[in-house]
Amino acid sequence: MASPPDWPDTVFGALKDAGVRQVAYVPDAGHARLIELARGDNAVRAVPLTAEQEGVALLGGAWLGGEAGALLMQSSGVGNVINMLGMSAECRFPLLMLVTMRGEWGEFNPWQVPMGQATQASLEAVGVIVQRVDDADSVAETVEAAARMAFQGGRMVAVLIGQRLLGAKNWDK
Amino acid sequence: MGDQPEITLDRRAVVARILKGRADTLVVTGLGAPSWDTAAAGDRADNFYLWGGMGGAAATGLGLALAQPGRRVLVITGDGEMLMGVGTLATIAVQRPANLAICVIDNQRYGETGMQETHTAFGVDLAAMARGAGIEDAATVWDESALDTAAAALLGAPGPVFVAIKVTPAETPMVLPLRDGLALKHRFREKLLGKA
Amino acid sequence: MAGTQNKPAAITLHRRAVVTRILRDRGDAALVCGIGNAVHDVASCGDDARNMYLAGIMGGAAMVAFGVAVAQPDRRVVVITGDGELLAGLGSLPTIGVEKPRNLAIVVLDNQAYGATGNQLTHTAAGVDLAAIAAASGFPSTALITDEAGIEAAIADIYDRPGPYFAVVKVTTETGPRLDVSRDGTYISRRFRAAMTGGG
Repeated sequence: MASPPDWPDTVFGALKDAGVRQVAYVPDAGHARLIELARGDNAVRAVPLTAEQEGVALLGGAWLGGEAGALLMQSSGVGNVINMLGMSAECRFPLLMLVTMRGEWGEFNPWQVPMGQATQASLEAVGVIVQRVDDADSVAETVEAAARMAFQGGRMVAVLIGQRLLGAKNWDK
Repeated sequence: MGDQPEITLDRRAVVARILKGRADTLVVTGLGAPSWDTAAAGDRADNFYLWGGMGGAAATGLGLALAQPGRRVLVITGDGEMLMGVGTLATIAVQRPANLAICVIDNQRYGETGMQETHTAFGVDLAAMARGAGIEDAATVWDESALDTAAAALLGAPGPVFVAIKVTPAETPMVLPLRDGLALKHRFREKLLGKA
Repeated sequence: MAGTQNKPAAITLHRRAVVTRILRDRGDAALVCGIGNAVHDVASCGDDARNMYLAGIMGGAAMVAFGVAVAQPDRRVVVITGDGELLAGLGSLPTIGVEKPRNLAIVVLDNQAYGATGNQLTHTAAGVDLAAIAAASGFPSTALITDEAGIEAAIADIYDRPGPYFAVVKVTTETGPRLDVSRDGTYISRRFRAAMTGGG
């Protein structure tokens, strides 16, 4: 299999440069390296969530307290956050979400497909700006731009990191 | 959060032990390893394996238990999955289904995403949460000695019953059951309700 | 109903009086108010830029407060919310219990009803013990408060004791007058943030 990706390390640097101090997540394989980096860095508070919508509320609170943050989740978790995004929308909280995609490229688990296919539309339906990235070399620059749009542009932004990038699992015998 | 006892139970053996006396108990499994463990113990049409909807296993079991009061319903799931739907414990407690049992195979890890520690690794006590929610028959099993009693409670004690069984994070061979949701539904309902 | 759960003999505390007493000692604490009655209770004590009034969406109050607490480690952050709102985000308790923010306190006004939708019973009416769930989630100090003496004893815990602290206060379903509290999230959040950071 391919060597571990570099993009999480560059992305973590981009997040820190953007002033991210709180990183909320429900563990996801695609985010494993980024989570590890966040947990290992004293300058960042990494908060494991029991469910993704907690992270939307947490990051609203972070902004209220003067700090920037990012929410790491899988596309399935997007389904869990939709209602809570109404708070971010109504309060005009800047919000940065990094979403690792399932259900869109070589997916082996049919149950991932409905939410994977609905991710972009459901985020956009509540006013989130969605930016997709499907090649490793563009991930960090996309996250950097998204962070700028979120924290300086004052918007909710989600970067959808394509499944093609993540090394699709294949368990079929 | 204090010293934990040493954990030595093997998840595959634990689930096999629990299911040995299942008779016609209906089983719902949370996504990931609990599904493989259950399939490894022997695939049956009255196993409903979830492959998604994380956080929904216990609630699925509740709905089934309410629909089939004359049948025993056992949910076998993981700690991460249970945590994601932990409010369901309150929902279950209020309904007090006598025929529902929840078994959490607690390896204190998110097994499908890189074995990151869950909140139970940091002292969150799911059985105590269940008791707080109002599920009186709630316990944690740390070793072999309590396993037989736990299995008997899960399969037969007046519900709702909640047992968290601490197992090692050692990975076990994947035994992949049917993943086609429609097929799973049809075979489960046909077994339970007869042919349409 | 749930068999051996201890229930208070009678619920007598009035939510408005409880919140008035608690807020008397707020000092420079920040307040996050869960949607519904809690917002009006807090606002009735006097509007304050350090009050974050939530509206419309259940289940987020504790986590919003936690985010503020992490960002503002030298400030006390107190959540005042209802049982229904807390139940809708119950997973927040283990999340916060693991992180153990020392400057966070959560006070749940438990009237055992969904006040904003017709007072339907919540799960706490049937014996769900939120304080026990908080303890099981890792909160080092929790309390069930049923009388005025309990409130008095809890003031130090709410504002000074290293947290996180979690208290359930059993209150009747009586409410105080509803105030005209702004639901303009942009306005409320910007003035709160300015109060927190001392800037714009």
